[in-house]
Amino acid sequence: MSGLGDHIRNSQVWTSIFRPGSPMRADGGDSPRNRAYVVMNNVLYHLHPVKVKRHGVKLSYTLCLGGLSFFLFILLTITGIFLMFYYRPTSPQAYIDMQALATDVAFGQLVRNMHRWGAHIMVLAVFLHMSRVFYHGAYKPPREFNWVVGIILLLLTLLLSFTGYLLPWDQLALWAVTVGTNMAAYTPVFGDQVEFALLGGVQITADTLLRWYVLHVLFLPFIITIFMAVHFWRVRKDGGISGPL
Amino acid sequence: MAELPEHLQKRAAEARAKASGTPSPDAAPAAPPSGNGAAGNGSGGNGSGGPGRDLDAEAAQYGVPRALLERAMFARARKDGTAVPQLVGAGAPAASASAGTTAGAGSTTVTTSAPAGPPPGVRTQRLLTVVKAGAIQGTTREPTDKVNVWPHLLAIEFVALLGMLAFLTLLSAFVDAPLLEFANFNEQPNPSKAPWYFLGLQELLAYFDPMVAGVIIPGFGLAALAFIPYVDRNPSVRPSDRKLAISIYTIFFMAAAVLTIFGSFFRGPGFNFTFPWRDGIFFDDLLTILGHE
Repeated sequence: MSGLGDHIRNSQVWTSIFRPGSPMRADGGDSPRNRAYVVMNNVLYHLHPVKVKRHGVKLSYTLCLGGLSFFLFILLTITGIFLMFYYRPTSPQAYIDMQALATDVAFGQLVRNMHRWGAHIMVLAVFLHMSRVFYHGAYKPPREFNWVVGIILLLLTLLLSFTGYLLPWDQLALWAVTVGTNMAAYTPVFGDQVEFALLGGVQITADTLLRWYVLHVLFLPFIITIFMAVHFWRVRKDGGISGPL
Repeated sequence: MAELPEHLQKRAAEARAKASGTPSPDAAPAAPPSGNGAAGNGSGGNGSGGPGRDLDAEAAQYGVPRALLERAMFARARKDGTAVPQLVGAGAPAASASAGTTAGAGSTTVTTSAPAGPPPGVRTQRLLTVVKAGAIQGTTREPTDKVNVWPHLLAIEFVALLGMLAFLTLLSAFVDAPLLEFANFNEQPNPSKAPWYFLGLQELLAYFDPMVAGVIIPGFGLAALAFIPYVDRNPSVRPSDRKLAISIYTIFFMAAAVLTIFGSFFRGPGFNFTFPWRDGIFFDDLLTILGHE
């Protein structure tokens, strides 16, 4: 059996998939060189540098909050795509689809639960990440602008969560969003215009549902992805994780 | 074997001769300086300062510029503390003239030490200042204690990811997300509450004008958050140096938390004050978690 395993791991197909240094390869044993290659030769891992300051890997320093926020975003994207297969943003079909998710779709209820609770946890994680960064003074030069990008990401996270809040099209969704958008109407000078643009009318209708659906599944994820890319890139460019206290 | 250039072979032959004790032009004997050591100048390579050298001839012979030979000669003399060989031939007059002058004055040491001025044909430069090499943008790094991302960081991240995934899956397996009745525009639930992260703002609405509570406070709050790095000019990251900044942030953090908790649990029908343990919880998302539905 080991002979077959070696044969596969030395095959051209296998070595073309796993780049040099990968532990999956026959020559991917543990060495300082391969440890560097693992990070450099992987599209996902090379978000990281090859090496980080020792204090940066201490759990008590970051509590993994930024990474968990990112992971929750990915998880919400995956579960959200699953939900999109079964959801139509029209009235009353949206509500019927929600009921069907709970009764007819395999794992539908579980995935919807994960999407909703995950969204709440992500809001919390992003907020706590911001507080962690503040208490470490990690926004100080040269990281000032990345803090600003982080505030934008916090705002976008709240907007993503809030636009998703309407989509179940039940009493909770309708009236929570009513309360929220009523506040936006008090914006000085152009409050009515803001509310009209948000709702796609003077009050919440099925048009609002479609508008918030597009914001929720396309527009805001698109924007937040761009800002996340800038955020991660600036973490690296501004000298990696901030210093110890 | 490759053919060696002729001048190298010649030099090697001379070195061999020197090693075997035969005098050669390079072998300047460490003779003690003497008053008449330099007196036999110009007579053709038999002074006590060493055999005379015809630098022009050597330059032509070895293909080495004369100035370099001369410089090497003086340097060697200075290094070894030996006498400078007498120069013969076309390049000799200047040096031998000076040597002759000092010799005539009865000096015993001057002629044998290195001359004060540079020998003819040698350019000298004065060092005015030393500019240390350094890039405009700092590229050197302070040595820091670093560890490999793989496996040290990636392993931690993977465990954190699995932990979060497990927690979320278990929570979702046991607690269903709320789904109330179909949206009804004619029947407003009492109380109507915003999502929990906006409940702090909704709580503010109970105290302030909607424009203040709903727009100005959150707007200025966000702007203030974004401007923190530009307002806080204190370079230190040590908590003991940042008492004011930490106090202000903590006050606002706690205020937001208290307002949110208050709006979530202590506001009942009509958004009036209530005790959750007396009148029940009016917070739909949490109700499902607590299993009241």
